[in-house]
Amino acid sequence: MTRRWPGFWVSERAAPPLLLLGLTGAMAAGVMLGPYPLSPIEVAGTLAGRPPDPQAAIVLWNIRLPRVVAAALIGAALAAAGVAYQTIFRNPLVAPDILGVSQGAGFGAVLGILLGLPVLAIQMMGFVFGVATIGLVMGIALALRGMGQVLVVVLCGMAVAALAGAGISLVKLLADPDDQLPAITFWLMGSLAGIKQADVAAALPAILAGLVPLIALRWRIGLLSLGDDEARTLGVEAGRLRLLVILAATLLTAAAVSVAGVIGWIGLMVPHMARLVTGPRFDRLLPVALAMGAGLTVLVDAAARSIAVQEVPLGILTAVLGGPLFLWLLARGVRSWAE
Amino acid sequence: MTHVRLTAWVAGGLSAVLMALPAAAETRTITDATGRQVEVPADPERVFAAGPPAATLLYTLKPQAMVGWVRAPEDEDRPFLRPDSRDLPALGRLTGKGDTLNLEVLLTARPDLIVDYGTVNATYRDLAERVQAQTGTPYALIDGSFPTIPATLRDLGGLLAEPERGEVLAAYAEATFAEIDAILAAVPEDQRPTVYLARGPEGIETAARGSINAEIIERAGGRNVVEAGPDGLAIVSPEQVQAWAPEVIVTIDADFAANVGAMPEWQGIPAVREGRVHLAPSAPFGFIDSPPSVNRLIGLKWLAQKLYPAQAKGDLRAEVAGFYTLFYGVTPDDAALAGLLGE
Repeated sequence: MTRRWPGFWVSERAAPPLLLLGLTGAMAAGVMLGPYPLSPIEVAGTLAGRPPDPQAAIVLWNIRLPRVVAAALIGAALAAAGVAYQTIFRNPLVAPDILGVSQGAGFGAVLGILLGLPVLAIQMMGFVFGVATIGLVMGIALALRGMGQVLVVVLCGMAVAALAGAGISLVKLLADPDDQLPAITFWLMGSLAGIKQADVAAALPAILAGLVPLIALRWRIGLLSLGDDEARTLGVEAGRLRLLVILAATLLTAAAVSVAGVIGWIGLMVPHMARLVTGPRFDRLLPVALAMGAGLTVLVDAAARSIAVQEVPLGILTAVLGGPLFLWLLARGVRSWAE
Repeated sequence: MTHVRLTAWVAGGLSAVLMALPAAAETRTITDATGRQVEVPADPERVFAAGPPAATLLYTLKPQAMVGWVRAPEDEDRPFLRPDSRDLPALGRLTGKGDTLNLEVLLTARPDLIVDYGTVNATYRDLAERVQAQTGTPYALIDGSFPTIPATLRDLGGLLAEPERGEVLAAYAEATFAEIDAILAAVPEDQRPTVYLARGPEGIETAARGSINAEIIERAGGRNVVEAGPDGLAIVSPEQVQAWAPEVIVTIDADFAANVGAMPEWQGIPAVREGRVHLAPSAPFGFIDSPPSVNRLIGLKWLAQKLYPAQAKGDLRAEVAGFYTLFYGVTPDDAALAGLLGE
């Protein structure tokens, strides 16, 4: 098969092992890196059940491993949501929060902080509000009889997201400036610093529920990028399928945001990176984006906890990396989305 | 004769007028912490505190002159505040970014003086200038650093025409500092316990040495494990806390204090292992910061007792009751003290 995009040449047979190797390498690096001094040999020993001291086992099993797993899950979720949205909206500028999931989840979570709820309840509120935001957007779009028109859905999303943004500002205004306001600010910048095993367990079902339909229906979803009419001639009911994809991507994004806070750029940047390797076909793009999103987020999170004594918020790091990388991709003249 | 009498009458009248003039608007000029010359009333009767630290300071020195709070006291704070003061309206804050106070609301409260207590820099100086020019109300800035608390209490006592009260409170502050210094004189720097300040329900918000939120730790004779960082708050990973292995954890979050024993990522840290996680009382004002004001004086005694249980003398309950009586004008009973100190 000839490829017209100016991407990297990776033969279809070589891609899966290469990606798997890259992801494994990133995860291994993530497990090795961190502020608690553990040599690679000590890490390996602890993983094999022979920790150099009991503290090493606590650090590795209770803190670092859950964090690496969470970073991989969240990166994969955001990247998958980004790829899905970019495909069904046929627009390369679309990010997972295009319809307002992040703002909605953010509003729910900061409201939880304002009310002084326990952490798990704050995460639940983030998730529920994120999903409810999309429910509201779809409800309004349906009422306007605009479900079939992508533009109407996106505009409804913008309006609802603006409302949620206003809600976040209001909560900030009402929050205790000594205590709650810093917590809200940190949460909105995104971080995996507080991740524990229970958080991974809580986010996993929603992420799987979002990923499974995307993977199972990847071939049909790819047809949506041809346009609704063409998809219909190929036997795909575009409206319903698009609704399903939006729901799946919403679950993914809401789960990621509720656990890690608002992390931008992964969902926008990784699909473009993946496109360089595979081209624009959704069924090939999805697994590559999953692996790349997971690996990249694990590495960025390792940097977030290692650069300085205090945590560097993930949202800052992804933006610092993502902005220039995105411009570089643009400068390469990637035309893959034009196909 | 007539002439002389007339002259005397005129002179007397003039002097009467001259004496009456300052009485009508009796003012004096002071120099505030930024070096601004501010003309203030000789006996301010309606004073607005620009932020929470200033409100606490004003409450301890001259509660009858307060026109309002920055934020309304919470329900758990109210029993520890004077009945006349606890129901004052919440007007909003004037300092820092994100003012929540409308200047028209400020003028409706008819203050004759605005005081702010805290960081002194060009931003706050400029803000004071602007508000003063806009409202015509004198605005004095007071340096909020910890070591200058005794001087601040005396200066502001003078400014508020309460010099005796200022002197009494300043003497208490000096005695507190001297008491702590006496304990610390016998403990070399490298033998002082390492301390981590945990904030937020996860305990991963903290503050570094020298930041206003954590400076009490060094003053009480602890070594903050967060040696360098931003002036404000920072997030650290639990893994980093594991690497620091603090001997004592001080927290202002009740959830964290209750749960830390069961949180897997905090296991094995010396402070958690040995039960040296201490929840700082917070009503009506915090012991550690929130706000960083004179309320930290009792926090200092409390923290010294926690860090040096063997050396620190005195009954903590009696100390707290004495401080609340002197500074807050309310004497808590035994049940309130037990609730406050979490005993």
